[in-house]
Amino acid sequence: MTNAHHPVIEATGVRRSYGGRSGSPEFEAVRGIDLTIERGELFALLGTNGAGKTSLMEVLEGLAAPSGGRVRVFGYDPVAERRHVRPRTGVVLQESGFPGDLRVGEMARTWAKTLTNPRHPAEVLDTVGLSDRVDVAISSLSGGERRRLDLALAVMGRPELLFLDEPTTGLDPESRRGAWALVRSLLAEGTTVVLTTHYLEEAEQLADRLALMHEGQVVRAGTPAELVAEEPARIQFTLDTDVRLPVLAGEHAALRSRGLTRHTVTTHALESDLLALLTWSTQERLTLGALDARAGSLEQLFLTIADQSATPQHTNQEVLA
Amino acid sequence: MTTTTLAPVPVETGIAPRVRRVGALAAMELRLLWRNRTALTVAVGFPPLMVLSMMRLFDSDDGARLSGAILVALLGFAIVFVPYYNLTTTAVARREDLMLKKLVTGETSQGEVLVGMAVPALVILVAQTLVTLGVVSASFEPPAFVNPALAVLTVLLATVVFALLACASSGVTRSVESAQLTTMPLMLAAVGLSGLLFPLSVLPPAVERVAALTPLAPVVELLHLSVTGIDADGAAVTLAESFSAGLVPLAVLLAWVGIGLFAARRWMRWDTRR
Repeated sequence: MTNAHHPVIEATGVRRSYGGRSGSPEFEAVRGIDLTIERGELFALLGTNGAGKTSLMEVLEGLAAPSGGRVRVFGYDPVAERRHVRPRTGVVLQESGFPGDLRVGEMARTWAKTLTNPRHPAEVLDTVGLSDRVDVAISSLSGGERRRLDLALAVMGRPELLFLDEPTTGLDPESRRGAWALVRSLLAEGTTVVLTTHYLEEAEQLADRLALMHEGQVVRAGTPAELVAEEPARIQFTLDTDVRLPVLAGEHAALRSRGLTRHTVTTHALESDLLALLTWSTQERLTLGALDARAGSLEQLFLTIADQSATPQHTNQEVLA
Repeated sequence: MTTTTLAPVPVETGIAPRVRRVGALAAMELRLLWRNRTALTVAVGFPPLMVLSMMRLFDSDDGARLSGAILVALLGFAIVFVPYYNLTTTAVARREDLMLKKLVTGETSQGEVLVGMAVPALVILVAQTLVTLGVVSASFEPPAFVNPALAVLTVLLATVVFALLACASSGVTRSVESAQLTTMPLMLAAVGLSGLLFPLSVLPPAVERVAALTPLAPVVELLHLSVTGIDADGAAVTLAESFSAGLVPLAVLLAWVGIGLFAARRWMRWDTRR
């Protein structure tokens, strides 16, 4: 079988339900997701808590079978053909742990013995900055150190595909940058990475493509630049008098409180609308208080989607190419 | 984006990688057991203590029979305390420290993880057997060992059955501490109705038939046949007779393998999440 022509991950119509047994109501955490992840890219899954990221990750990792749809990893079914997939993947779960009585080095050496083609345990511990903690009991490690140990084990088998489910949650900024550096070096070696994260900065820094999940569906997908480009810019300012604004391309909203009116303009024409506003305010001799103009950002997109809590917007839903 | 520099690793097949993975996990578990003095004391100390506490029940002028009875009692208690109780606490501990979840993200399969956890139990069981055998042989005389192959088969099957029941029990056990409670019903029932404390023949016939179906009863009967060389009525058996008399308890024990498999699949949990 030539797996070279397969995308690394191919998911079609993936669904995952929980419960429905012994009286608990069934809950569908993943509601029909199509994904194609190509070799060598870093694909980030973003979404609010409960969006279904981890549920989807577990299906892609082969830890759970989908209740509907189809998943192929390197062209194999990750559950039924596990032994073809596992030696080629590494996983950092959102939550996982180790026996506290074991020492760091013992855990690493044990893990190495379970792998087909392990890197040297000491070398991997060094990569994540744990080489001076080799003889320390795992119970004495900080949360961040445990996270790094987890990452070390995930990369120990030289994975072609690495799943990282919120790998930097709980890490201090320095350790986070260290983790990013490690991920970048793996990407440079050709590793494919699937990452979920709460940190938008992390996704913007690392991702080649990303998908935003909400209520079990992908509501936006593309490169960070594409997603941000779709997002309108925002101009905000306050005025202390009641005046009529000039005609603008964007949508205008005003909110009055304590004698000040806070104006928000949402626009796809940031430059011309801003120019029109500034020209107008100069002519009218008005001061735009607390003026803030910013291009669309991932954060803004994220918040917009998080606000749509009731129903997913099918009109905005895209299928990943 | 750089091109791929990683060549796919050929899939390992055969028994060697399985043995390597199970061996690594078993070594880890043995190390952890050594560091967990409470669990170690229970596993290593309790079965001999139970046997010592009931020494007055063993009265026989025949040294070989006496040795056999002591060895069978040791094995009976050890099977309950080690592959059942100890393994239940291990499975709960590994689940609660989220290690089980982590292990199955790797190349190790669920079955290999379970075997890896169970191997230390078997090691302790074998060690206890050998020490007890040495002690009784020196003190009295060696047991008859009418059917050594059947004895080994019985110990292996019993370990499998009680290890599977331990997996199932771990699923309904929230913490290592509460394992003392959740394992109690099965331990009491299994030991109480096994024939270790009193011969099952003293029970009313209907109860005796039910008792013979509990998981430890066929183990004790098979061990009596194969190690001591006596049947349920205390009559001496030959090698051939040990096989024919062993058919029914062996069938019961095999049925328990099936029940154990079902129960482990049904109740064991790999994740703390409900």
